[in-house]
Amino acid sequence: MSPIIQGMLTIVIGVGGCIGYFWASNMVLDKVIFPAQSKNPGRNINRANMVRPWLFLFPAMFALGLYLVYPVIGSFWRSLFNRSGDEFIALGNYSALAQDPTFRTAFFNNFMWMLVVPAASTFFGLLVAQLTDRLKWGNIAKSLIFMPMAISFVGASLIWRFMYANNPDIGLINAIRFAMGATDALDVLQLQFWNNFFLMVILIWIQTGFAMVILSGALRGIPEETIEAAIIDGANPFQIFFKIKVPQIMGTIVVVWTTITILVLKVFDIVYTMTGGNFGTEILPSYMMSYMFRDDGRATAVAFVIMIIVLPVMIWNIRQARAEMK
Amino acid sequence: MDNIAGTKSSLNWAVQISVILLVIIWLIPTVGLLVSSFRDRDAITNSGWWLSALPVEQNFAVKAEGEPVSRDGVNVLEGNVFGEGSGTVSKFGGRRAAPDAFTPGEVADLSRDRSLVVQENGDYVYTSPTEISRAPTVYFASAQPAEFSMVNYETIMGSANMDRAFINTLTVTIPATIIPILIAAFAAYALAWMEFPGRGLLIAMVVGLLVVPLQLALVPMLKLHNAMGVGQSFLGIWMAHTGFGLPLAIYLLRNYMVGLPRDIIESAKVDGATDFQVFTKIVLPLSFPALASFAIFQFLWTWNDLLVAKVFLPSNSESWVMTVKIADDLLGSRGGDWGILAAAAFISIAVPLIVFFTMQRYLVRGLLAGSVK
Repeated sequence: MSPIIQGMLTIVIGVGGCIGYFWASNMVLDKVIFPAQSKNPGRNINRANMVRPWLFLFPAMFALGLYLVYPVIGSFWRSLFNRSGDEFIALGNYSALAQDPTFRTAFFNNFMWMLVVPAASTFFGLLVAQLTDRLKWGNIAKSLIFMPMAISFVGASLIWRFMYANNPDIGLINAIRFAMGATDALDVLQLQFWNNFFLMVILIWIQTGFAMVILSGALRGIPEETIEAAIIDGANPFQIFFKIKVPQIMGTIVVVWTTITILVLKVFDIVYTMTGGNFGTEILPSYMMSYMFRDDGRATAVAFVIMIIVLPVMIWNIRQARAEMK
Repeated sequence: MDNIAGTKSSLNWAVQISVILLVIIWLIPTVGLLVSSFRDRDAITNSGWWLSALPVEQNFAVKAEGEPVSRDGVNVLEGNVFGEGSGTVSKFGGRRAAPDAFTPGEVADLSRDRSLVVQENGDYVYTSPTEISRAPTVYFASAQPAEFSMVNYETIMGSANMDRAFINTLTVTIPATIIPILIAAFAAYALAWMEFPGRGLLIAMVVGLLVVPLQLALVPMLKLHNAMGVGQSFLGIWMAHTGFGLPLAIYLLRNYMVGLPRDIIESAKVDGATDFQVFTKIVLPLSFPALASFAIFQFLWTWNDLLVAKVFLPSNSESWVMTVKIADDLLGSRGGDWGILAAAAFISIAVPLIVFFTMQRYLVRGLLAGSVK
């Protein structure tokens, strides 16, 4: 069966199945199990309304449980076994990781990514958001800087491969170096240590638009009176920005920052496409993928390390959400 | 509003210029790719794309065909290097080793008392004291107008199986976008407008699951898919994308639905509407903006995904989606063929870009709903 027909069939079955499930389960609940036209209509309606939320929630909770909750436990459990999965080796995979120099490189690199990418993206995002705030053509500028968000990490990597190419007639970086008098082509991706930063540039290029859109929204939400008061008091534009605006959108800045930090722990595409983890550019997600299909025990152990790094953000998010609901 | 204290025009100019600079820096990489995708392989490696709109100087070699005539005791051969066509000669020469040694109009003295003159319009005069038995070769440089073509696109779509990968991407994306919306919408309604014990806990769980790294799911879920007989297949990737997309979907939709006016929903209930009716007739239509923004997110995410496709789809070339095709195949087999790579990359980003520019409004709204609180 060709994938297209299979795809259409899936849409029909999936959508039809969902609608059918919700409709039929509500029907059964109202007409068969707790019919309203019976001896005890009040009690039946109340009971039906107690069950109904779970009918609405069931498919989503089932899928969430299966695809996101179970794997946390499943991955941890699997990481306690050896490569083929038949021998229990407790924390053997973790201690093997700790002794692997590549893992330490990946961990250190990931740490640098987590420092640099969110900081740079938020900085540029805030800069653009502020600069375009009162500009007539600000929306066009924002739209163009936001554009890389739509591009896949693979596509973006290819785009930057052109920028970083050795040949000064292809790579803009080398073209600029040659124009300034250099005579030898420089492969920035093989430049130990610094190549990490050239890879980070790609993610910063993508994520600045995201930071900009959210911070721009936050800047718009600042009450005008605070700024007017500052102007009347004689504050200059820089004072207004740093002393009036930034403190008021600090909460949003933190949200943007943490969102990008989490993203950094998930993106393996850029390293995978640009260097394949060579030349000392490995990060945790790409390191994990190098073990995927080869040594599931090791791969799940790396995944669990990523989970542990994410955990504080997760707890903080949940606390925020709970505080909001009260 | 800055006018209150008088506009500072110098600052205003600085702002304008820095924004223009930033936009240019942000656009350069993509523009470079787009331009390169329309140039052939030689043009890409011989001159920078930033010069591609300018004419390119190229070297040519032409056999001076024609009947030699004898004049004043020397043999003379006349003609035009462009033949029937026309052009401008910028340099010429008589030897392969020095094809651009002379400027047009200059007399080039060649070995054995022979000489060559080429004019700017291409007319040449070749003289030799001895009989001209073999047609001599005239070397010259001429600026050729910039050339753009669709050759790379034809190659990549025709022979490299990119069309198959495009269809595969589409096949993965559409069901994986539509199905989670429906499932999430019902759950979001329950979490927003139904009273039941444990609701707060469930919402907290959804918020927590937003950040679970999906790397964790790869190994256990692939194993489960294999055990269920789904294996690595399109069905498997649809299910996986549905599961991974749900937390964001539920979170976005619930945030939006909570903000809907309470009066409408309560008066509908007073009039005897069931929850099911309230949901399908009132809440769903009113939530259209949130549904649209999630749909765009999920579309972009599934279209651009490499990780899930690598793990949950079979690794044979018939099932490659475009990202896998580029990362695992083209970069290896066509690593040096920049034109093909550029065309492939552009094909893969064209659809998301169209979606992005036409539906940007919803995307921005979704982002703001998800983060600004």
